[in-house]
Amino acid sequence: MTGQTLWFISRATGTVSLILFTTIVVLGMVIAGRRAPHGDSATIVMGLHRWLSLGSLAFLALHIVTAIADGYVSVGWLSTILPFTSVYRTFWVGLGTLAVDILLAVVVTSYLRHRMPERSWKAIHWLSYAMWPFALIHGFAMGTASEPLLRWLTVLCGAAGAAAVAWRLRTTHADRERRALVNFQEWS
Amino acid sequence: MPSTDREVGVRIAVDRVLCTGHGVCARTLPGRIRLDEWGYPIVEAVAVDPVDADLAVKLCPARALYLR
Ligand code: SF4
Repeated sequence: MTGQTLWFISRATGTVSLILFTTIVVLGMVIAGRRAPHGDSATIVMGLHRWLSLGSLAFLALHIVTAIADGYVSVGWLSTILPFTSVYRTFWVGLGTLAVDILLAVVVTSYLRHRMPERSWKAIHWLSYAMWPFALIHGFAMGTASEPLLRWLTVLCGAAGAAAVAWRLRTTHADRERRALVNFQEWS
Repeated sequence: MPSTDREVGVRIAVDRVLCTGHGVCARTLPGRIRLDEWGYPIVEAVAVDPVDADLAVKLCPARALYLR
């Protein structure tokens, strides 16, 4: 495969990954923030949140492998794990690496959730709020300079995620409120 | 009770403290769990198919479902 093809695949899979991450993060906030989260929609949201996370790993893996195999620029295998070791655009690649590290931690701990303290799981899951902007900025800085379409897509992802964060900040703790209401009701 | 020995499957339970009332379990285990008027689960039958139980446990957002 020519370098050109690899570069296209890398950009395409990177873009898909970013769209998936945005969707997953938004779904996660929906799960955490919904006031009356019953029924089919809650189940679908939860299932999508879980399975899209797993699916995104395939796109991300392809994105990373093609970016490094491309060889046109020197990124290096070490920078798949260790941030800021890439010769090429050290900082912007490093942000992507950081996002990968966080993502792996979040996925692994979610599969081990039943075997670890809830607090640790939650603390690591919260890192997703850092992971998503890292991925977004990495994508914006590296893949969109000459592509208005990709640039707008990235901006759109950013706007969708930011809107979800704004909504999430205004949501209250539905469970706590309902429990308080249950306590207030008259018991016959 | 000897009859419980012959029941197929695993036994499911809800941790009421952890449960945040997402109601997902009522869909992943229909006929086994229903929701009360506040949206919290009521376990109507504890014996469930292991595959169903596994999915339900994984999809509970509060990890409040567990096997006994
Ligand atoms: S899915 Fe979990 S959190 Fe939701 S109602 Fe059932 S036990 Fe509670």
